[in-house]
Amino acid sequence: MTDFVGRQLVCVRGGRVVFADLGFRVEAGGALVLAGPNGSGKSSLLRLMAGLAHPAGGVLAWGGEDVAGDPATHRARVHYVGHLDAVKPDLTVAENLVFWAALRGGSDGAGARTRTALEAFGIPHLADVPGRYLSAGQRRRLNLARILAAPAPLWLLDEPKTALDTDAAGRVDAAVASHRAEGGMVVMSMHGGSLPEGAVVLDLAAFNAGLEAVGC
Amino acid sequence: MKSYKKGPHPRARGPDIRGAGNIMHRFANPNRFMRLSQRAVPWFAALTVVLLAAGLYLALVASPADYQQGETVRIMYVHVPSAWMAMFCYSGMAAAAAVGMIWKHPLADLAAKSTAPIGACFTFLALLTGSLWGKPMWGAWWVWDARLTSVLVLFFLYLGYIALNNAFDDPARGAKASSILVLVGFVNVPIIKFSVDWWNTLHQPASIARVEGPAIHASMLWPLLVMAAGFTTYYLWVLLVRMRGEIVAGKIRALRLRQVHGL
Amino acid sequence: MLNPLLILIRRDLRLAVRQGMDSMMALVFFVLAVVLFPFGVGPEANVLARIAAGVIWVAALLASMLALERLFQADYEDGSLELLVLAPVPMEVVVAAKIAAHWLTTGLPLMAAAPLLAVLLGMEAGGFAGLLAALALGTPSLSLIGAVGAALILGSRRGGVLLSLLILPLYIPVLIFGVAAVDAAAGGYALQPHLLVLTGLLLAALALAPWAAAAALRQAVE
Repeated sequence: MTDFVGRQLVCVRGGRVVFADLGFRVEAGGALVLAGPNGSGKSSLLRLMAGLAHPAGGVLAWGGEDVAGDPATHRARVHYVGHLDAVKPDLTVAENLVFWAALRGGSDGAGARTRTALEAFGIPHLADVPGRYLSAGQRRRLNLARILAAPAPLWLLDEPKTALDTDAAGRVDAAVASHRAEGGMVVMSMHGGSLPEGAVVLDLAAFNAGLEAVGC
Repeated sequence: MKSYKKGPHPRARGPDIRGAGNIMHRFANPNRFMRLSQRAVPWFAALTVVLLAAGLYLALVASPADYQQGETVRIMYVHVPSAWMAMFCYSGMAAAAAVGMIWKHPLADLAAKSTAPIGACFTFLALLTGSLWGKPMWGAWWVWDARLTSVLVLFFLYLGYIALNNAFDDPARGAKASSILVLVGFVNVPIIKFSVDWWNTLHQPASIARVEGPAIHASMLWPLLVMAAGFTTYYLWVLLVRMRGEIVAGKIRALRLRQVHGL
Repeated sequence: MLNPLLILIRRDLRLAVRQGMDSMMALVFFVLAVVLFPFGVGPEANVLARIAAGVIWVAALLASMLALERLFQADYEDGSLELLVLAPVPMEVVVAAKIAAHWLTTGLPLMAAAPLLAVLLGMEAGGFAGLLAALALGTPSLSLIGAVGAALILGSRRGGVLLSLLILPLYIPVLIFGVAAVDAAAGGYALQPHLLVLTGLLLAALALAPWAAAAALRQAVE
């Protein structure tokens, strides 16, 4: 059975050890929630998982195989939602989304997938509006719609509910639930709010403490 | 379902200080280098003083004046080794950057970073002495001679590297970006050299004397080689001092970060 | 690989068209910089004709560099670059697409404006073919080399000034052979050797620059 595992991960940013000896495991259909105070490395861990950054130590493995051995394949199975929404102000909502849908899933049917994704996040009426007119919440909805517009098994969501109202937050929960029901995995960081059903919580604070005893 | 406070992996029990210590040793605690370099620095310093003293005596007193250029030929004993070192330092930076990129060795990045200002100074010295030599030779402080022009371009490559290295708040970013730059520059140096030579033959009348004659007499070669050796040991000496300084600066940075993050 | 390449180029071209005047700034700068020279060196026709090739090339160099600063900057700032790095497309292809779009929106307009400026400066009629051929082979090299610098300065302080310091020394070979080609054509000498060297430079840049720029982009988002 496919799983996504991290072992003895070490993250160094700007010469500082953010966390060390961190391990986790997500199974198909599973959800992992990252908790911890600011600066504990939730975003850094998500970036390591995505392959944007590289661990200073430890291994990330997908189905038992080290992802560093085949980064291109790993990229294809990851959807990453960071703090920035990647919305081009000069393109319409539909154009923004079609671009990502076509780049990841091919041009065929990109338009149809885009419409479904916009409906799932409640913004189909904005399809022809240029990105510059969107509010922060609408931009975030558009960014989240991107992960529905092209399928990928592993979702990495960094504080996905930031700037969202209760309606949109509910839509995120629904999207996560149906993704997991289809055997997808979700890793998300969050501050408060209700946990997805059956989610495992990983408290990063436990991996930060005691590092002053190390090194120079 | 189940909820972990520490790590879902059975053996992961939060931070293992010893495990992390090994990793830390690799990138933040180059004690071995500090120990070895401390022993090597005085030797390089002594060698430099001896070689430069001998070289300067040979160059300024013991060697003959040139039958054409007279006493001004003595500028060569500084100019030529400087130009050699300018090229040598840039090649060294490229090699160090490649090692740093491939094996992620932190000392290699430090070596490249510490070499840059030294190399830039050698390059500047070569330009300055070339210009001083040019005045009596060509009657002008600056001539668009192929060699001098290439060295000038090399000087700009050094400046670009130093500027890029210092342009980031995170020194690791600066090291990575400038490593790519120096490798790109290194590939370009022969191309630039070739095009400048070609441009020069196109535009300059052939009558202008070359700075270095084709043959050099042994009485001039020896002082030159001794000076070059002295320049090389000087470079190694200053390189070690600078690298030690960078390591200490890195430790201070780590302490500051620890203050900020309250660890 | 062809499909993602076209998708990326189409998106960048569409962005350039929507931004309208912003994308034409490099062209305006190019024309303005060339027009400044007669004020600087005087309106004597033979002097201007003598320096026309050099002036046009130097101005093209600077204009191309000016536009390069934004090549990856906008994508870097709004988070698109991270997603492009994570796209299941080799980063080299992404870089190649962005460079192609950059050349289509700056290099090509520069080429179109260059003959006009050559007329203003009174260049020898024989030099026009050389100028166009040299620009056609040279400006893609400028875009390629410049892309490496544009990728390296992401996230740095003072990006623009830094970019000029990194890139202009590397532009020297293109400048030398570009001007030599025009001068040769104007003087009635063989044009081909210079164009062959420019082609060689272009092929070398084509082989190396996307790779180096991709490496720079990967470390920029890390």
